[in-house]
Amino acid sequence: MSGWLPKSRKARRRLYLIAAIAPVLALAAGLTLWGLSDSISFFYTPAQAAAAKPPIGRSVQLGGLVQPGSVVKHPDGRVEFVVADQQATAKVHFSGDLPDLFREGQGIVATGAFRADGEFEARQVLAKHDERYMPREVAKALKEQGEWRGEGAPPPSYQTEASRP
Amino acid sequence: MTVEIGAFSLALALVLSLAQALLSAGARWRRSSALAGAGQGAAVAAFVALLVAFAALMHAFVVSDFSVANVAANSHSAKPLLYRVAGTWGSHEGSMLLWCLALTGCGAAVAAFGRDLPAGLKSLTVATQGALGVVFLAYTVFASNPFVRLATPPVEGRSLNPLLQDPALAFHPPALYLGYVGMSVVFSFAVAALIEGRVDAAWARWVRPWTLAAWSALTIGITLGAFWAYYELGWGGWWFWDPVENASFMPWLIAAALLHSAIVTEKRGALAGWTVFLALAAFSFSMLGAFLVRSGVLTSVHAFAVDPTRGVLLLIILGVTAGAGFALFAWRAPSLSRGGVFAPISRESALVLNNILLAAATATVLLGTLYPLMREAATGEAISVGPPFFNLTFTPLMAVMALILPAGPLLAWKRGDLHGVLQRLWIAALIALACGFAAFALISPRKAFSAAGVAMGAWLVVGALVELAERTRAFRASGAETWRRLTGLPRGAWGMTLAHLGLGVFVLGACFETGWKLEAAEVLPIGGGLTLGEYSLVLDDIRSVDGPNYEAERGLLRAFKGDAEICAPSPERRFYPAGGQTTSEVAICTRGLDHLYVVLGERRDAAGQPVWLVRAYWNPWALLIFIGPAIMAVGGAISLSDRRLRIAAGRRRLVEATA
Repeated sequence: MSGWLPKSRKARRRLYLIAAIAPVLALAAGLTLWGLSDSISFFYTPAQAAAAKPPIGRSVQLGGLVQPGSVVKHPDGRVEFVVADQQATAKVHFSGDLPDLFREGQGIVATGAFRADGEFEARQVLAKHDERYMPREVAKALKEQGEWRGEGAPPPSYQTEASRP
Repeated sequence: MTVEIGAFSLALALVLSLAQALLSAGARWRRSSALAGAGQGAAVAAFVALLVAFAALMHAFVVSDFSVANVAANSHSAKPLLYRVAGTWGSHEGSMLLWCLALTGCGAAVAAFGRDLPAGLKSLTVATQGALGVVFLAYTVFASNPFVRLATPPVEGRSLNPLLQDPALAFHPPALYLGYVGMSVVFSFAVAALIEGRVDAAWARWVRPWTLAAWSALTIGITLGAFWAYYELGWGGWWFWDPVENASFMPWLIAAALLHSAIVTEKRGALAGWTVFLALAAFSFSMLGAFLVRSGVLTSVHAFAVDPTRGVLLLIILGVTAGAGFALFAWRAPSLSRGGVFAPISRESALVLNNILLAAATATVLLGTLYPLMREAATGEAISVGPPFFNLTFTPLMAVMALILPAGPLLAWKRGDLHGVLQRLWIAALIALACGFAAFALISPRKAFSAAGVAMGAWLVVGALVELAERTRAFRASGAETWRRLTGLPRGAWGMTLAHLGLGVFVLGACFETGWKLEAAEVLPIGGGLTLGEYSLVLDDIRSVDGPNYEAERGLLRAFKGDAEICAPSPERRFYPAGGQTTSEVAICTRGLDHLYVVLGERRDAAGQPVWLVRAYWNPWALLIFIGPAIMAVGGAISLSDRRLRIAAGRRRLVEATA
């Protein structure tokens, strides 16, 4: 054995172990930090998105309630609808099949990016498997805005919003 | 009346578990075999009581007794019998009952079959299992009782979520729970060994079959879940790195690490402390999984039995149980023996490296799963960590592991000969590289990463076969000699070969599927068609179908490759009036290993003519994604039947014979 290695067998074993663990840990930690800075996506409700102004094209999640009467289904498969919270709305474009539990007035989370015209291009629209469900971030954001009526309660009506004092 | 018997049996099981814990602990303290026998009797009785409770709940579901709140909320009289039975564990309360049933079942199994365990270790294991039973049964009885009656029973139930009405999902929870709760025995063994202060080869030999059984069950459970997501959700994917999926995957990873480190402890007496640590961690991750799935603290697409208020209770249970286990570890582990020494190049070192990589991979999954919670607590920002994160962190670690995996079993214990091993593996390396280059050159579009993945899969598969060939001296000794060695191979060796082979098969399938899948979506009128690479689909007709508890539109399509008709997919879109829900029933045509996957979307109107959105996927080698883990689980089962794991049983017979 080379001279610089520790004499004791035990200490040598410990050294080997550290030599094996260190690169793996460094790899894992490095990748994790890189991943967490690069490949996470922020969640916004329309009002939060209006305030935070995420960069165009950056992948984010947009959540809120589907505004009743806003869903337009085009024959070529494109869908447009408006996602709303208490203070703001955002128009969402989506191409494809909506989840089976997509309803007007229901909480949804859309993953995608804002376009240059301020409208949202969704890659994926998620509603839950369960019809009694409200996505957690949506529920929390609505609670903070004082709009929460509990799970399963009728969704707030946004049509009347304009007539409020 | 049956419901009251069930409620009584459940409470009885709680009391019996308490008796099990106290009597067995007392047996160890007083070194009394009478107390030990009483404790074991209580363990078996608790299991029987829970069997009665479970049967009573199942009866209530089968006869649709809507005076029971749980049945009314989760069942419907028009549901097929299988799903009424499966409804028993489809809800929060019912699934906790199943959890407790498995927990007491494991305790009873240790009590009844662990006859050759040292008396002290056995009593402590049964006592710990009893204590776990008390905690979870108390939760079930007081916070999540499935037998609560309604004052005014409804005429009809609210039905089980139609997505859950599926054969794969009917068996997914029992397999998963068997896996989760099987880890509880490993946990109890670890606690008992820490109290006794002895972790030796014999202890590792007792722990291994339990880990193996739990790991195999977990493998089956996760695979069934992935398969269900694949064909029931209609998104064309099978793994989404969703928190609920991660929750089941982390215990699996830890159990896989434990399986390997327990080998080192059993064969060489080394790594005792680490093995105990993993044994504690495996069940802690199982409990974390139960908490994440049920509490709704993380947004998941698959969480069904969610109830945030009870989540807090589960978190407390997790904290107390895991905390006690690890505190005990911190206190007692320094006194554990150090075990044998080994050279840097040896089987032990390979297994240590496997453990480091699996543990690091688990840590990245854990961090990715919990990071949204931490971030929200720290900054208040809501974020989500999706597949890109896990692809970036988990996949490279697993790639490193796959790279070294075939070398491990070829290395000798204590001091290995790396040069010799590499000489034996060059053929595997050659084949793997050839496969990778072939995939890169022949399949369009060209994808370097997927081709590298194919090479990796081939490396694992051929590496496992090389190891088998080494053991049997194939191509070097005579055919008869090889055959003799092949038939004489211990089942544990077969199990390992199959598990490693299964992993390779899975990697091949996953790389092909993610790399070269084709996708097309088009709005079709009747008679319309869409193309998908070299395949084309024609929508011939749409029929209305009446199911037992749903109405459906069924699309009649034909699929062609060039001009030849290859199959007639008939996907459905089902409407369940009981819950007012719609689901899609995917049609999958299997062509060799490939899947043609067709989803029928909703009806729309184009200029007065009805049209349907049809989505189609070509998933090459997708079958391997599910066959690979199945091979792994079979490997686990074969290894479990190995005579050597029952070696203590032989010793018992010897003792009886001499007595």
